[in-house]
Amino acid sequence: MTQAEIKLCSLLLQEHFGEIVEKIGVHLIRTGSQPLRVIAHDTGTSLDQVKKALCVLIQHNLVIYQVHKRGVVEYEAQCSRVLRMLRYPRYIYTAKTLYSDTGELIVEELLLNGKMTMSAVVKKVADRLTETMEDGKTMDYAEVSNTFVRLADTHFVQRCPFVPATENSDPGPPPPAPTLVINEKDMYLVPKLSLIGKGKRRRSSDEDATGEPKAKRPKHTADNKEPIPDDGIYWQANLDRFHQHFRDQGIVSAVANRMDQIFRSLPVGYNISKQVLDQYLTLLADDPLEFVGKSGDSGGGMYVINLHKALGSLATATLESVVQERFGSRCARIFRLVLQKKHLEQKQVEDFAMIPAKEAKDMLYKMLSENFISLQEIPKTPDHAPSRTFYLYTVNILSAARMLLHRCYKSIANLIERRQFETKENKRLLEKSQRVEAIIASMQATGAEEAQLQEIEEMITAPERQQLETLKRNVNKLDASEIQVDETIFLLESYIESTMKRQ
Amino acid sequence: MASRGGGRGRGRGQLTFNMEAVGIGKGDALPPPTLQPSPLFPPLEFRPVPLPSGEEGEYVLALKQELRGAMRQLPYFIRPAVPKRDWRRLPRELKIRVRKLQKERTTILLPKRPPKTTEDKEETIQKLETLEKKEEEVTSEEDEEKEEEEEKEEEEEEEYDEEEHEEETDYIMSYFDNGEDFGGDSDDNMDEAIY
Repeated sequence: MTQAEIKLCSLLLQEHFGEIVEKIGVHLIRTGSQPLRVIAHDTGTSLDQVKKALCVLIQHNLVIYQVHKRGVVEYEAQCSRVLRMLRYPRYIYTAKTLYSDTGELIVEELLLNGKMTMSAVVKKVADRLTETMEDGKTMDYAEVSNTFVRLADTHFVQRCPFVPATENSDPGPPPPAPTLVINEKDMYLVPKLSLIGKGKRRRSSDEDATGEPKAKRPKHTADNKEPIPDDGIYWQANLDRFHQHFRDQGIVSAVANRMDQIFRSLPVGYNISKQVLDQYLTLLADDPLEFVGKSGDSGGGMYVINLHKALGSLATATLESVVQERFGSRCARIFRLVLQKKHLEQKQVEDFAMIPAKEAKDMLYKMLSENFISLQEIPKTPDHAPSRTFYLYTVNILSAARMLLHRCYKSIANLIERRQFETKENKRLLEKSQRVEAIIASMQATGAEEAQLQEIEEMITAPERQQLETLKRNVNKLDASEIQVDETIFLLESYIESTMKRQ
Repeated sequence: MASRGGGRGRGRGQLTFNMEAVGIGKGDALPPPTLQPSPLFPPLEFRPVPLPSGEEGEYVLALKQELRGAMRQLPYFIRPAVPKRDWRRLPRELKIRVRKLQKERTTILLPKRPPKTTEDKEETIQKLETLEKKEEEVTSEEDEEKEEEEEKEEEEEEEYDEEEHEEETDYIMSYFDNGEDFGGDSDDNMDEAIY
């Protein structure tokens, strides 16, 4: 794990779980697998705190445990999983586009809580949806269940490994930690539950909750008394499946862009017919993007999507785009040139790009120093004398992608730090504004007059409002940038992973 | 030895490779030497591309900020706990004062709960002032708490503060917090952006 990744994990853990969890988490990421007491000793934290932190981390699938010999349990952190926290909003939004609000909330609850039973999720989501509905309307458990089942069927949520049912024939003491198991066919198996009920609003009495005889407790439903039908069967979000979806989306949109370009060069006003479709596919197959390959001619030929090539193209496009935005369009032209021709000498670059030598040199060195381009030596003579060696510029996509990925991690860490700094700077003002809001809210609830409300609002002066506006704008910008950079991270990681698999 | 000393003077400007091959011609001015680390915020040559806006972008952004706030309120967010006091070393009266203040606070808070009648303007302002004062009290207490453990009694209040407020108040928790948890939001206004 690079320093940049560790730094980013630290910021994410701290923002979402607090400093104690951050300390333990980062320690484990740095040192690898360790038992409980060693963690406590090395971090100088009390045993209690370490236990709490580990529970939270395990609950959220960020730390796993293993029983080693002599009954010692060791804990190991999953750095890459921590980094996924950046992507939570994207997962939730995807669920929304595919399965609307119900799906969105199901995935959100699972991500916020790490693991949950289906009954707990359904109940919680039904309650949340009911809150947003008109008075008197409630969300039925059955509807939420249905969406849950659909999410399971399409593999967006999956079962967590569970404690295997042991026979009582084992006479020894229970192991210090269970070994959880799951096999493929069980992973998306939804337990047969008959969840009957409707969501409840937070404030209302239990009159509108039909079928629920426990009407005494106003705030918490008494389901602690009821046996949970799917006890021990926990579910989690299946991040890999979401990633698949993102990949497909990325490829589809890249192709769509390409199709647009092709569209524009075709005559206007025609209906899509079989021949035209065939033409399109041929065009795509011949297209330098190489997303679609033709395999065989039987039955008109089969078109396959070359995933690795597609990812490579996306990664390359990203690199090109970065070069363009950082160094300008002439630099980008040189970059694309070297990419296309694979290896070029200094002179050739100048000639092909039609850029004066001095400028070309300058640009090449800039890109070289930032590792977008590399120099390859081809000796002419066995003694590798420099005066008799070819120096060729080339783009090594894999290493450039790695370099860019590393920069992305650093960027996000910077963005988060800046956002925290901005917020800290304005802490006093933020607190004041929150206080005022709270007061206004409570006054509104008691039916205060407009004039009184205005007076309270005026406690925040106009320049202060301005400051708050600016702060909000900046924080939004920083947040949006984080989201944007994570998209790039996803692309690059997918490409690197796909390349490593083939080696 | 002699040749080495001589070679030092003679061959000093020579490089191991042919400069022209790399593209630096003779007589070309070399770029100025780098004498310090690159500036923290180097001037940008090109303006950055605008961020994606539009429905999707806005929604995902709002989601992100909500998530951040929500996670702070969940039980998974572990706040640094105040270490346990060693009661043998402290005068007993400090313990009792905890209870007293607790009661005091509860009584002050109760009238803030929505009463049926509307309040007077002055009353409101007065209440605000007392609340502000209390806020300052609490903040200053919590500030000291960050330093050495000198004022143990104030730390007392801090400790029970959290416990009490987690159970009884219907104010936003961050009202009484020391400001680190800026993500907290009032229960009623979920559509407010979290900073």
